Amino acid sequence: MIKLLASRTFFQSILVINLLLVLLPVFFLFNSSLRESNEFARTPFALARDPFWENYQRVWSEGEFGSYFLNSLIITGGSLVLILILALGAGFVLGRYTFTGNNIIFGFILTGMLVPAKLAILPLFIQLNWMNLLDSRLGLILVYTSAALPAAIFIMSGFFKSLPVDLDNAARIDGASEFKLLSKVLVPLVRPGMAIVAIYSAIPIWNDFFLPLVFLQSPEKKTLMQGLTVFFGQYASQWGVLFAGLCLAALPLIVLYLILSEQFIKGLTAGAVKG
Amino acid sequence: MSSALRRDQNRTTRALLIPALTVIIVFTTVPALTTLSYAFFSWNGFERSGLAGFDNFQRLFQYPYLEQLTAALTHNTIAFVAIMILQTSLGLLLAYAMFRVKRGLRLYRVVVFLPVIFSLVVVGYLWQSLLDPYYGPINQIITAVGFPELAKPWLGDTTTALPSLIFINLWRWVGFPAIVFLAGLNAINTEYIEAARIDGASESQVFRKIMFPLLAPSLTIITVLTFIGAYEWFDLPFVIGGSNGSPAGATDTLALMFYRTSFGSIDSGANDVGVGSALGVLIFTLVGLGAAIGSTLLRRREVEQ
Repeated sequence: MIKLLASRTFFQSILVINLLLVLLPVFFLFNSSLRESNEFARTPFALARDPFWENYQRVWSEGEFGSYFLNSLIITGGSLVLILILALGAGFVLGRYTFTGNNIIFGFILTGMLVPAKLAILPLFIQLNWMNLLDSRLGLILVYTSAALPAAIFIMSGFFKSLPVDLDNAARIDGASEFKLLSKVLVPLVRPGMAIVAIYSAIPIWNDFFLPLVFLQSPEKKTLMQGLTVFFGQYASQWGVLFAGLCLAALPLIVLYLILSEQFIKGLTAGAVKG
Repeated sequence: MSSALRRDQNRTTRALLIPALTVIIVFTTVPALTTLSYAFFSWNGFERSGLAGFDNFQRLFQYPYLEQLTAALTHNTIAFVAIMILQTSLGLLLAYAMFRVKRGLRLYRVVVFLPVIFSLVVVGYLWQSLLDPYYGPINQIITAVGFPELAKPWLGDTTTALPSLIFINLWRWVGFPAIVFLAGLNAINTEYIEAARIDGASESQVFRKIMFPLLAPSLTIITVLTFIGAYEWFDLPFVIGGSNGSPAGATDTLALMFYRTSFGSIDSGANDVGVGSALGVLIFTLVGLGAAIGSTLLRRREVEQ
């Protein structure tokens, strides 16, 4: 018993150490974002007793930070809407209808999960250029949608499959069309699946850096993560401002994560964890 | 099924399936298939100028590309081995600790997974400032504890740059294997564990003889994902070391080299789409074959519950 208790304390302390290793850097970042730059340079460790909010004001009002933020919102939001609509439709058809070719189409979509977008980047670059979608937010939205769709359809069709068939028949007897059946009866029932798909797709898109780096050139179209690299060049050694920028870039996902941590963990490990 | 219903279903199938399929075909399938052909053409900027046979592959294995290729491949391999050992064992330790503790599990879970949601750009810059040779708290702590000679420009020194990147990667990613292993542990039938305990097995025996073998499916997934991630490593090295893998190419990776040769960079000049594509085919083959062979071998040692 003593041994068991001792080991429990051991594991507890491992988790506490991990907690400190994760939270201290994050706290350091936030604390430093509220201090004047030259004060930070003198005493990097001191607490921000008298929060210097001007750093945040400068981040928002000077430079392009606001437009980077807006672009990231547009691109992530636009992709998310497209992904959810298309995956709902395709997931419904593939998960609930039996027709010739169903399995072939499903198999084809699954192979899309195996293609690493990074390595098809050259043809994609030339193709987008030819389609007039290079240096365009819409182009980026379509590429993200295509990359996220296979997994999204896979997840959604699983949710549709798990609903009882009687639901469909009851709705049909009541005279509902197939589209009504989907939109009025089934969609409310697959909401948990939609949440997983939304998180699974939105976080990598919000955080992505590679595709905007290659596809977006105009300064006014740049996304937040891509813009941060510009921002870091502009404000080199103005620590307070830099840290405020990093905090603002990380904030939306942190807030969402603290509210929806369960769904985040499910969404980000979807595919890796069975059941 | 009535014919009216069948007609409605056929119409719905077409209306709902075609848009999704079109997007996937245009923006994933076609580029993925053409990427292979690109390696066999010669290129003038982004303009195709005739067949090249295996020229691009030959040039990839000659000066100046060969030196970069071997250096990058070495760094990717070091990263894979180090991440596999450190990240997986620490992840497993955290998972097992979370499995054993009763109080505070929810808080620990949220904190363990928190860095995984951070953008690698934010993580990269955060650690760059933490490791800053002058203002960085890490060196100040090392000095304050009494080892001033150990304080280094961690990211600027060719010997410590790659290990530092691997450490930052660990900080950001360790929550992922931890949560996957925790889910694996929770999926183990508790009867096995109870039975072993009644038979007098110690906790470490329970872990080694029952839990670890039953975690094999989680280990398979983690290994395959780590392999893919390590050989396509791009974001963190780019944010910290730029497209040339500073300092002096010490953090160069295959994906950085692919980016450089495909799109050009400030230092290495003009791009070479042919060689870039050949390198892309090489990486794709390496990652695809490795992941396929690895998952087949690993799956063979999984046991049924």
